[in-house]
Amino acid sequence: MTSTTTLPGQRSGARRQRSNATGPLNWLVVPALILFLVFAIVPLVGVLLLSFTNWDGIGAITFAGVANWLRAIADPKMYHALGLTFVIMALSWVIQTPISLLLGVFTAGSQKYRALLAVLYFLPLLLSSAAIAIAYKALLDPNFGLAAGLHLPFLAQDWLGQPQLALGVVIFVVSWQFIPFHTLIYQGGVRQIPRSLYEAAEIDGAGRVKQFFYITVPQLKYTIITSSTLMVVGALTYFDMIFVITGGGPGNATRNLALDMYLTGFMANQMGQASVIAVVLVVLGLGLALLLQRLGGKDNNGSQLEGM
Amino acid sequence: MTTTLSKPAPAPATSPTRQPTRFGRRVRKLNLPAGAAGWIWLAVIIIPIYYILITSFKSQAGYFSQNPLALPSNPTLENYKMVIANDFGRYFLNSVIVTLGATVPAVVFSFMAAFAIVRGSGRFLKSVNALFLMGLAIPLQATIIPVYLLIIKMNLYDSLLALILPSIAFAIPLTVLILSNFIRDVPNELFESMRLDGCSEWQTMWRLALPLTKPAIVTVAIYNGLGVWNGFLLPLILTQSPELRVLPLALWSFQGQYSVNIPAVLASVVLTTLPILVLYVIGRRQLLSGLTAGFSK
Repeated sequence: MTSTTTLPGQRSGARRQRSNATGPLNWLVVPALILFLVFAIVPLVGVLLLSFTNWDGIGAITFAGVANWLRAIADPKMYHALGLTFVIMALSWVIQTPISLLLGVFTAGSQKYRALLAVLYFLPLLLSSAAIAIAYKALLDPNFGLAAGLHLPFLAQDWLGQPQLALGVVIFVVSWQFIPFHTLIYQGGVRQIPRSLYEAAEIDGAGRVKQFFYITVPQLKYTIITSSTLMVVGALTYFDMIFVITGGGPGNATRNLALDMYLTGFMANQMGQASVIAVVLVVLGLGLALLLQRLGGKDNNGSQLEGM
Repeated sequence: MTTTLSKPAPAPATSPTRQPTRFGRRVRKLNLPAGAAGWIWLAVIIIPIYYILITSFKSQAGYFSQNPLALPSNPTLENYKMVIANDFGRYFLNSVIVTLGATVPAVVFSFMAAFAIVRGSGRFLKSVNALFLMGLAIPLQATIIPVYLLIIKMNLYDSLLALILPSIAFAIPLTVLILSNFIRDVPNELFESMRLDGCSEWQTMWRLALPLTKPAIVTVAIYNGLGVWNGFLLPLILTQSPELRVLPLALWSFQGQYSVNIPAVLASVVLTTLPILVLYVIGRRQLLSGLTAGFSK
């Protein structure tokens, strides 16, 4: 966990001396390569090809030209799903990032009670998305859930029946599920900030708030980029939890792209049409990942100590 | 929540291995707002988990009559008995088979590939490495439709192998990346002395690189294992027989079937999480570092 993540393409200096007998070494990558080619690269090409076909999931696959693409471009449902995906992405980022960052700093502290709290904070990491969705469905029941338990009538809403509320629930539950993970990332980042920076700031008389904004946040720049990349790209493929908790409903209120792809392909049996959505997802994912890496500057690796 | 948490600036971070300095006292000064926010966040995390736990021990009558957050007045194990009687053992076994069947080959193959990429040279290995790196940026879940087609064509639809093979493939890019970073940290002198002793690359890999990268291997194994264990999309799409369900899928169909019996549904949630909870209690550090494999710097 503490190792610096260096891209394999980069050399780590003269320490690495290439072996001469490369022939047998080539064979060692073959099992991984074959599996990756067959189940990742072939499907990646396949999804583009399938977007130009009609297939109901069982019968024959027939060529359809650009019909699916034209239909997708003219389909308001597609834009709705796209917009929703970005809304969920943006809101869950806005909620998750400050909380995870503060919790990361909090749990990185050496106080005993913080260590104990951290153990409990990370519990949601153990639950599957399906389990979390099922638990929240019960918890949000207006009569037998949290509202009745806490005697707070304003919590007794038809949470999953109203479009706006259901979207809010999805964003809340996504945050509840993933904040622990990002807290863990920030905790790791904070622990690598050199203490001497804080000691110097103490001498200069900077208080906690100042130290946080002038030392902690700038030092965590690359952690923030890593965490944000994972949040943003992950938001594209939120599927399991939303599928179980709302199924995309009410109406299409929580039907994001990933769900739209599944429902179009495997429920409405229009695999060609669903493949169009899949291609959009792949392109968005690649684009966002590249954009965020670019934002972070060229050398995004092991630069935590930059400025020292 | 956001507002309560954004105000206090938590105490300066301290490294886990810090030595007492003359500033130690000042750093440890109480930070009340941060502490308060920390306890509020604990409530946000714990209340749902507490609710799952206590409700799973309630009878259905208790569920309807008691305060939802009160401890069960007549704790019962009926819900758990019912879940176990509903083929829980079989689903558990399926999950174990799929998780081990995917994780072990994924880690072994990735380790071999990482070793070759670090130790070897030549255009072939470089391109393979570039291909794996590209795989990191692609949301592989989006390729599920062609994977489904492929699995049908291979006559693997509705089998546990159908879940195992794509899971291995999806795990490979990140696992290779992490393991190659660790193998690169092995001092070259050690490789050199192995070579002088007349060991082949194959022997070097198992006798030198493997023992030295063991912590990293455990870490990636946990990361991949947890992902497969909790995976939902692949089982949903690639299997259909009830007897081939893995736990998350069984959970989902169980709640569809017994939607009125909330205590039993929540008991099934507890049972599916129990193995990982045990793991968390035994090896918390390993599990947590496994979770952030490759992301922490």
